[in-house]
Amino acid sequence: MSTDAMRAETVTIEGHEGDAIEAYLAQPLAGDPTGGVVVIHHMPGYDEPTKEITRRFAAQGYLAICPNLYSREAPGASPDDAAAAARAQGGVPDARLVGDVGGAAAFLRSHSSSNGKVATIGYCSGGRQSFLAACSLDLDAAVDCYGAFVVGTPPDGFPLSVEPIVHLAKDLSCPLLGLFGAEDQYPSPEQVDELEQALKEADKEFEFHSYEDAGHAFFAVDRPSYRPEAAKDGWQRIWEFFGRNLAG
Amino acid sequence: MCTYQTTTLPVEGSGKGAEGWFTVTDATVYFDHPVHAPAAHTLNIDLINPSRGAGARVAVELDPDAARQLALAILETLERVPDELKVTSTPA
Repeated sequence: MSTDAMRAETVTIEGHEGDAIEAYLAQPLAGDPTGGVVVIHHMPGYDEPTKEITRRFAAQGYLAICPNLYSREAPGASPDDAAAAARAQGGVPDARLVGDVGGAAAFLRSHSSSNGKVATIGYCSGGRQSFLAACSLDLDAAVDCYGAFVVGTPPDGFPLSVEPIVHLAKDLSCPLLGLFGAEDQYPSPEQVDELEQALKEADKEFEFHSYEDAGHAFFAVDRPSYRPEAAKDGWQRIWEFFGRNLAG
Repeated sequence: MCTYQTTTLPVEGSGKGAEGWFTVTDATVYFDHPVHAPAAHTLNIDLINPSRGAGARVAVELDPDAARQLALAILETLERVPDELKVTSTPA
């Protein structure tokens, strides 16, 4: 078998409250025991670009799994239909997210190729959820890519339950990598500074990078917001961060 | 950003989705990332019938200015309806 052989496929895992949920698993087929990455998809859903990102971690030598956070609302539906159905029903509750990510982390840790280390990474709404998971679960690393409403108060009339969670910083269980666009307003540079201050006060290990000439969703290759230079540097930071924190 | 901002309301009528016509019962309106339109954010409208599953959906993603013009066109059209035609879809 080639040293870069990998496999990617849909699986079923146990999530919050023991629910069976769909997930996309990507794994290297050769090599030493390795760390795992739980990929938290953004609000538009469990879609092809997110599965592509999941495969990218396996290509780099990590176990990776992306739970379908909308499994319950719309099993078998197309990603955008599922996202719309979940939005109409109020979105993903924080407690359920933590349970599903916890189930995904347990799945990775039980994998025969696991070295026991697990990280989360999330983009956009997933960035906030990655931080939430890292403050609620025992993880080894977490990456927050431009997650809005970690700090700050949502404007009036937000029917979806999105509470600020900066007060959880004291419970962060692992090092945190934050990647932000300096032109983003959600989160704004001021809000990123506020999160940084909260982490310093809580004496937590973190590393933040803010990219000039980049706004929200700069990693998204299928959106006008894509910024190749910021994305290339961001990916390099991720590999270095995981290299330090997911080693066996 | 993912805006999270969503308005939901019950509606009556029919919509044509990927699998043909169906009775619509609800609408969601939100300004957020599009799936297809080449923009960072669009005004998105879903006409749905949750009892028929997530696939029972008529979805549009509109430029905000276009959405505003559409809203005005809807109101103007309703305003021009003769009084004798202003009936609801529910039989008396």
